[in-house]
Amino acid sequence: MDLAGLLFDPFSFAFMRLGLAAALMVGVVCAVMGSFVVLKGLAFIGDAVSHAALPGLVVAYLVGAPLYLGAGVAAVATALAIGAVSRRGGLRFDTAVGVLFAGTFALGIVLFSTIRGYTTDLLSYLLGYVLGIGPGDLVQVAILGGLVLGTVLVLRKELLFATFDPAGAAASGLPVAFLEYLLLGLLGVTIVISIQAVGIILVVAMLVTPPATAQLLVVRFNRMITLAAAIAAISAVVGLYLSFYLNVASGAAIVLVETLAFLVALLLGPRTGFRRRRAAADPSVITRPSSVP
Amino acid sequence: MSAEALELPPSSLPGPGFGGPHGTGVVALRLAVVTAGYGSRVALEEISFEVDRGSLLAVIGPNGAGKSTLLRVLAGLLRPIAGQVQVFGAPAGANARRIAYMPQSELVDWEFPVSAGDVVMMGRYPRLGIGRGPGREDHERVRQALATVGMAHACDRQIGTLSGGQRRRIFLARALAADPDLYLLDEPVTGVDATTQEDLMDVLEAEARAGKTVVATTHDLLCAAERFQEALLLNRRIVAHGPANLVRDQELLARTYGGHVLVLPGRAGELLAIDDAHHDQPPPGERHVRPAAEP
Repeated sequence: MDLAGLLFDPFSFAFMRLGLAAALMVGVVCAVMGSFVVLKGLAFIGDAVSHAALPGLVVAYLVGAPLYLGAGVAAVATALAIGAVSRRGGLRFDTAVGVLFAGTFALGIVLFSTIRGYTTDLLSYLLGYVLGIGPGDLVQVAILGGLVLGTVLVLRKELLFATFDPAGAAASGLPVAFLEYLLLGLLGVTIVISIQAVGIILVVAMLVTPPATAQLLVVRFNRMITLAAAIAAISAVVGLYLSFYLNVASGAAIVLVETLAFLVALLLGPRTGFRRRRAAADPSVITRPSSVP
Repeated sequence: MSAEALELPPSSLPGPGFGGPHGTGVVALRLAVVTAGYGSRVALEEISFEVDRGSLLAVIGPNGAGKSTLLRVLAGLLRPIAGQVQVFGAPAGANARRIAYMPQSELVDWEFPVSAGDVVMMGRYPRLGIGRGPGREDHERVRQALATVGMAHACDRQIGTLSGGQRRRIFLARALAADPDLYLLDEPVTGVDATTQEDLMDVLEAEARAGKTVVATTHDLLCAAERFQEALLLNRRIVAHGPANLVRDQELLARTYGGHVLVLPGRAGELLAIDDAHHDQPPPGERHVRPAAEP
C-alpha cells in the first residue's frame, strides 16, 4: 500500500469522515475552553462536571428525552452549583467538589444499573465512541461548539482580564461574577458535546492537556489558545489513524497522542526541557524564573 | 484594643495642611459608620472618614487591621455589613470606570501567559466595550503609561520574567492607562527597592496634583510620612486620621500596632519601622514602644 493509500483509505468510510469531523470540532472547542480551565485551575471541576453528566444522560434515556438535553442540564447545573459553592466558602473547595463529583457519578451508575443489559452502553458513555457518531449528532456538536467558540471570541478581552485579575476587573466595572458563571456554563456545554467522542472519564484530558502543552511553549494568551487548538486538531487526526490501523479505542488514542505531545513539550520546551540551560544563556529566549526575585 | 478614633480638626493640625497642598475641599470619598467583614469575621468596625479630591492618602496598620478590606469596600468589591460608602457622591461600585484598583502582589498569578503590554492594555478594556478591540488611542495610552513608569523597554516581556519592583511598575501603568479619578492601591511600594519606591511615589504625587485621588495601603512608615499628604491609622477601627506626619507620633503608632513597633535612629530625625516579626529579643540598638495605658 502506498503513502497516499495509507492516508486516504481510512476516510473512504463514512463513519471515519464523521468521526474525524467530530473529533476535530470537539478537540478545538475543548482546547479553547481548556485554556481558561488551565489558567483558572479548574481541571478538577472539569472532571467533576463530566462525571456529573452521567445521571443526566441516564434519566434522559429512561424517560426518552434527547440524551444531550439530559447530560447538558446535569452538567451545566453541576458547574453552576460548583460556582455557587466556591463563592460561599466554609468547606475546602476541592473537598466540596470531590463529594459532589463522586455522589453524582454514583447516582448515575445506580440509575444505569436499573436498565437491563446496561454494561456495554455504560462503557460507551464512560469511554466514548467517536466513530459511532451519526450526522445528527455531528450537527449538534457543530451548533453547540460554535456557540461556545463564538461566545469566547466575543468576550475574550473580558474573560482574559477577569481570569488574570478578578479583583482588578471587578473594580473597573466588569461583571466578573457573571463572567465566571458564564465560563462554567460554557464548560458544561463543552463537556456534553465531548462525552460521545471521548467519554466521561477522558474529557478532562481533552480540556487540560493541549492547553498545558501550549503553555509550556508560548507566553502569550492568544498564541496559547491558537497553539492548543492546533495541537488538539493534529492529535485528533493522528489518533484516528492509530485507531484505524491498530484497531484500538479512538477516544483513548486521541488522548494518548495529546499526552505524548505534552511529554515532548515538557522534555524539549524552552522553560522545562533539557535545553533549558543553554536557552537561559541566550537572551533572545524568554525564560521564566521559578521564584519571585 | 478599644482605641478611640482621633479625628483632628483641620485647623489644629501641624505641618502641611490637612488634605494636602492639592486638597480641593471637594469630597471624593465619604464613609459613614461602615462595618465590613467576611462571613462572621468583622474586619472593619464603624469606620467614618472623608477624603478630598486630590488627596494622597496612606492607610497604615498592622496585618489584619482591615487595610485591604477598606480598599475592597471602596472599590465596591465587598459590600459593607452596615454603614454608607460614597465614592464621588454615588454608592461604591457605581462609578467603577473612574476607579483603578491594584491588587496585592501575592494575589496575582505571575505565570499567566500575558506580556507587560497586555497587562497595561487591560486597563483600557472596560472602556472598549464588548467585542471591540483596542484602537490607536488605546495603544498610544499604553505606550505613554509604560513610559511614565519607566518600563517602555519591557512591553513584550512575559509579566513573570520581571522583578518584583518592575511588576509593581507595570500594575501602576495599568492603573494610569485606565485614566481613573480614584486610585486604590494595595501595597504598591511593598518589597520594591528605594529607586522604584521614589519613582512610583513621584508618579502618584503627580496624579494627586492633577486632581486624582490616591488611596494606598503601606507598611512603610517612612514612605508614608515623607511622601504622602494624609495618613489613616487603622486597626479594625480608625486610630487616627490626619496629615501624614501623624505616623511619626509614637503613641499613635503604639495604639495602632499594639506595641510591636521598632524605632530606629535615622537621617531626618528618626526612621520608623514596623516589627511584624514579633521576635522576643530585639536586636541591639532598637527599643520597643509600649502601648499607652488604656483610657
